[in-house]
Amino acid sequence: MRRTAGLWLLIGLGAYGLMPWYMVAGGFWSFGWLGTERSALGWALADRAWLWLPLMGCAIAGATLVVARKQLSVARGLVAGGASGLLLLAAQGLVILGNGPRLGLMEGATQPGMGAGAFVVAAALLFLLTTGVSGLGRGRGDAFITGMIGAIIALVGVFVFYPMSFILIRAFELRGGAGLGVSEFLPRFFAPEIWSPACLLGTGYCGAALNSLLLGIATAASTTLLGLAFALIFTRTNFRAKRLLRVLTILPIITPPFVIGLALILLFGRSGTVTEFFADAFGWEKTRWLYGFWGVWLAQTLSFTPIAFLVLIGVVEGVSPSMEEASQTLDANRWQTFRFVSLPLMRPGLANAFLLGFIESLADFGNPLVLGGNFNVLSTEIYFAIVGTVADPAKAAILSLILLSLTLGAFMAQRKWLGKKNYATVTGKGDSGRHAALNPGLRVACYAIALPWAAFTLVLYALIVFGSFVKLWGYDHSLTFEHYTRAFGIVFRNGVHFTGAAWDSYVTTITIAAIAAPLTAAVGLATAYLLVRQKFTGKDAFEFSTMLSFAIPGTVIGVAYVMAFNFPPIELTATGLILVIVFVFRNMPVGVRGGIAAMSQLDKSLDEASITLGANSATTLRRVILPLMGPAILAALTYAFVRAITSVSAVIFLVSARYNMATSFIVGRVENGEFGIAIAYATVLIFTMLAAILALQLIIGRRKLRRADRIEAH
Amino acid sequence: MKGSVRFENVTKKFGEVVALKPLSLDITPGTLVTLLGPSGCGKTTTLRLIAGLESASEGRILIGGQDVTHLSATYRKVSMVFQSYALFPHMTVLENVGYGLSVKGMPKAEVKARAEAGLETVGLKDFGARLPSELSGGQQQRVAVARAIVLEPEVLLLDEPLSNLDAKLRRHVREEIRQIQQRLGLTAVYVTHDQEEAMAVSDRIIVMKNAEIAQEGTPHDLYDRPENAFIADFIGDANLIDVEVTKSGAETEIALQGRRLTLPLASTATGPSKMVLRPHHIRLSREPGPERLPAEVTYAAWLGNSVQYTLSTAVGPIFAIAPPQPLPFRQGDSVQLAFAPGDVRLVPA
Repeated sequence: MRRTAGLWLLIGLGAYGLMPWYMVAGGFWSFGWLGTERSALGWALADRAWLWLPLMGCAIAGATLVVARKQLSVARGLVAGGASGLLLLAAQGLVILGNGPRLGLMEGATQPGMGAGAFVVAAALLFLLTTGVSGLGRGRGDAFITGMIGAIIALVGVFVFYPMSFILIRAFELRGGAGLGVSEFLPRFFAPEIWSPACLLGTGYCGAALNSLLLGIATAASTTLLGLAFALIFTRTNFRAKRLLRVLTILPIITPPFVIGLALILLFGRSGTVTEFFADAFGWEKTRWLYGFWGVWLAQTLSFTPIAFLVLIGVVEGVSPSMEEASQTLDANRWQTFRFVSLPLMRPGLANAFLLGFIESLADFGNPLVLGGNFNVLSTEIYFAIVGTVADPAKAAILSLILLSLTLGAFMAQRKWLGKKNYATVTGKGDSGRHAALNPGLRVACYAIALPWAAFTLVLYALIVFGSFVKLWGYDHSLTFEHYTRAFGIVFRNGVHFTGAAWDSYVTTITIAAIAAPLTAAVGLATAYLLVRQKFTGKDAFEFSTMLSFAIPGTVIGVAYVMAFNFPPIELTATGLILVIVFVFRNMPVGVRGGIAAMSQLDKSLDEASITLGANSATTLRRVILPLMGPAILAALTYAFVRAITSVSAVIFLVSARYNMATSFIVGRVENGEFGIAIAYATVLIFTMLAAILALQLIIGRRKLRRADRIEAH
Repeated sequence: MKGSVRFENVTKKFGEVVALKPLSLDITPGTLVTLLGPSGCGKTTTLRLIAGLESASEGRILIGGQDVTHLSATYRKVSMVFQSYALFPHMTVLENVGYGLSVKGMPKAEVKARAEAGLETVGLKDFGARLPSELSGGQQQRVAVARAIVLEPEVLLLDEPLSNLDAKLRRHVREEIRQIQQRLGLTAVYVTHDQEEAMAVSDRIIVMKNAEIAQEGTPHDLYDRPENAFIADFIGDANLIDVEVTKSGAETEIALQGRRLTLPLASTATGPSKMVLRPHHIRLSREPGPERLPAEVTYAAWLGNSVQYTLSTAVGPIFAIAPPQPLPFRQGDSVQLAFAPGDVRLVPA
C-alpha cells in the first residue's frame, strides 16, 4: 500500500509542479506549452492562491506516509488526503469560473478550464483515496480493484451525472437569470405544445411528447411482431436463406442515420419512384403522406426490426426443446404446443423486445428529422430548441427531462418487471432435444409477414447504392460519379490534393472513432469485470449507473454536454476530445453487456487459481482473463468503432468547424436537399463499416460457432 | 510453526446467511486433514477462508503461526487444486505449471526447470508442450496438482479434486495424491463429500454439518467411536435403533423390545438412546434364540462380493450385509437377526 500510494503521490506532485494546469491552445500533445504555460504551482505562486487547495490533499497524504506507522492509520490518512484534495479541487473549479466567481467568493478571480495538469492531479488524488480504501480492507484489500472501481465511478460521475445535472438545473431556471424555481417550470413542463391531444380529436397537431409516445408504441408493436416472425422463421423452419436473414441483423448497426429515411423518400416521396408510378398509371395524386407519422413509423420499423429480431432469436432459442417435446408427448399438436407452451415462455422476451423498440423509437433522431414534416417529436424539438432561430436552452432542458423520464421509465420497467420473471429455460445441462417445427398455418403467416418485409428492406438498400450514382432522383436518372467526386475527389496535380468536400469529416470521423473504440472497450470491459467478478458494497447502484447511459437518448446527452462543458471548470466544447468522450460513455453499456456475457462463460475458478498461485488481480486480468476474452474484446472494439461512425443524435450538438463528423455533414446536405451527395457519402460509410466488421470476422475466425440449428424435418 | 493452520472462532456470513458458525480448528504440519460433510455444510467455505478467497466475518486465521486474516489470497503461502482443475486453457501444460513461479518474477530458465521437475513428480514429464484440452481428465488433475506443489506452499488445498474423475480412476489418483503429500511432507487440507475417499486419504477427518464441526478425529475414531447419530450414519452405514439405557456405568444395560442386553461399554446416564449397529455386524439365521430379533426379508440383492438385505423388524427397517454366499434368504422369508454386544455403540438419541 505504501509503495502504491507513494508512487501516486509523486505523480500528483509532479503534475502539480510541472504540467500545465489549464487547457492549452494547440492541444497537450503539441508540447507548445513547454516553458510558456504555467503549472498549478506557478499560478499559485503568482496570483491564483486558490490553486494551493488541491495541494493540501497531497500534503495530508504525504504527511501520513511519513509519520504513520500502523497500516490502518496510513489507510485512514490516505483516504482523508485523497478525499479532501478531490473536494477542494472540485470546489475551486466549480466556484471560480471563466467570467468570475460564484457565491460571492474571491471577487474578481477568473480562470479558464482545467487541463492536463489538473486531470493528472485529480487522478493521483483519486488513486490515493482508493489505495487508502483498499488499506481499510475493502475490495479484499486489493488496491487495483478499488482503484478501478474508483476510476469508473469518477468517470461516470463526471461525464454522465455531472452533465445530466445541468439539464435538471436549466429546466428549473427562471427567465432573465433570476435563479431557480418551479413557478415557470410547471407551466412549461405541462405546456399544450408538448402534451396537446389535438390530433386525436381531429383539431390540429398533437404535442411533441404525445407524438413521441404514440410513435414509440406503434414502432415497438410493429418491430416486435416482425421480429418474432423473423425469429420463428430463423429457428423453427427449414427456410433456406437463413444466412440472408443474418445479414439483416447487421444492417442496422452499419446503417448511418437518415439513410433509411432518404431511401423511403426516393421511393415514396413526392417525386419518388412508387409515387410516380401510381401517379402515371392510375392518376393518383402525389401527396406528402410520407412526411409525418406514417413515414417516421415506417422508417423506424425498418430500422429497428432487426434489433427486435436479434433479441427474439435468443428468446425463441431459449425455450427448452424438452419442454416442447414434453408437450408433444402429452398429445398436444404443434399449434397447441406453440400456443400454450412456447409462446407463454417467450412472454418476457417479447416484453423486452417491445420496451427496447419503444426506447429506440423515442431516442431516434435521424428519421424524424428527415421525415417528420409537421409531426414533431421530442428528440427533434430538443434539437430545434438549441439550434433553432430562437435558441431556448430552458425549453430544451424541459423537453430533455420529459424524454428522459419516458425512456428511463421504460428502462426501469424493463429491469423491475422482467428482472423478477425469469422464464429462461436454458440450463447448464446439455439439452439435446429438438425444437418443434411450426404448424403449417403459423408458418405461412410468418412467411407472409416477414418475407415481403425482408424483400422491401433489401430493395431499399439496393436503392441507396443505386441512388448514389443517379444525377437527380425523380428528374434526371442518368448515371454519374458526380456525387462521389464532389464528396471524395482526389486531384493529382503537384502532389495529391483531397479536394472532395467530405474528406475532412470522413478523416475526423474515422480518427475519432478509432480513438474512442479502444477506450470504450476498455471502460466497458473493466466495468463488466467488476460486475461479474468482484463483490463490493453498492454494486447494484454501480451497475445501474453504468447502464443508465443506455437509457439516456443521444439528443439529451448532447444537450447536457453542451450545457455542462461549455465553460470552466471543464471546457471541452469545440474539441475533438468531447467527441471521443461522448462516444465512450454513450457506447459503454454495449461493452459492458458484451463483457458480462463473455466473462460469465469463464469459470470463476480460473481467476481464483491465478490468485492462489500468487498473482495479483492486475496480473490475473492481464495474463488469464484478457487472453481468454479475445473475441469479446474484438467485438466490443468493432461495435464501438461502428457506433461512433453512425451516431448522430448526441454528436450533432458537439461538432465544430474543426471537428466535423460524417453524420452531421450528411445532415447538412440533407437539409440543403443535396440527397445525391448525402447518399453517396452514406454508401461509402456503409462499406467502410462493412470492411471493419469483415476484418473482425476474419480475425476472430470461426471461433464462435453457434449451436447447429436443430429443426425437426417436416 | 511452518505449515500449521489455525482458526480462532472464525465465522462467515453472506449477507444474512450464516455459512460458518464460530469455528476453531488446528491442523498439524505435515498431515492431511479432510473436511467432510454433505453439500452446504460449510466445508468449501472453510477451505476458501484458508486460501483467502473469502474473508472471515469474525475471528482470526493463522497460517504457519502468522495472522493472515486480512492478507489477500495473492500473498498467502497456500495453493489450491480446484474441483474443475481450473487449468488455463490458453497456456501449455508447462506454462500452467510455471505460472505461479513466473508471476513471482523468477527467471525464465529457472521457472522452466522447476515446472519440469513438478511435472516429473506427477509423472507427466513429456506432456509439457501440450494444451490442457489435449489431456485426459486424470492427467489434467495431475497437472493441477503439479501447478500447486511447485510453489512449495505451506499448505496445499484440494477442493473435491476427484469429483470429475470416473470411479476407477479415483482410487488410483487419490493414492497418488496421498503419496505425493507424504513424500513432500506437505500439510494438506482436502475437501470431499465422499466418506470412503476421506477415510482412504486422511490422517484426520473433520466432519461438518450445518456450518459447524460435527466431530473430528482419525478415520478410526470416527468409525469406531461416533459421538452422535449423524456421524454414525455418515461414516460407514449404520442402523440406528431407539433403545432405553436402563443401567449406566462401566457396563451398560439396555432394553430392546423387552430384551435386556448388557453391552461392554461405559455410559454415564440412563434414559432413551440410540443403538448403532453396522450392517455387516448383523448375522442372520433361521433358528430363534434368546437374544435374537425376528425379522422378515423385504428385499434381497446379491452383489457378487456381498449380499444386501433390507429387513422389516419390530424396531423398524434394518439394513444388513452378509458374506457373498449364494442367496440363502429370499424376499418374504422369516429370519432371526443376531449381533455381538461388543459391536454395538450407543449415541445420544
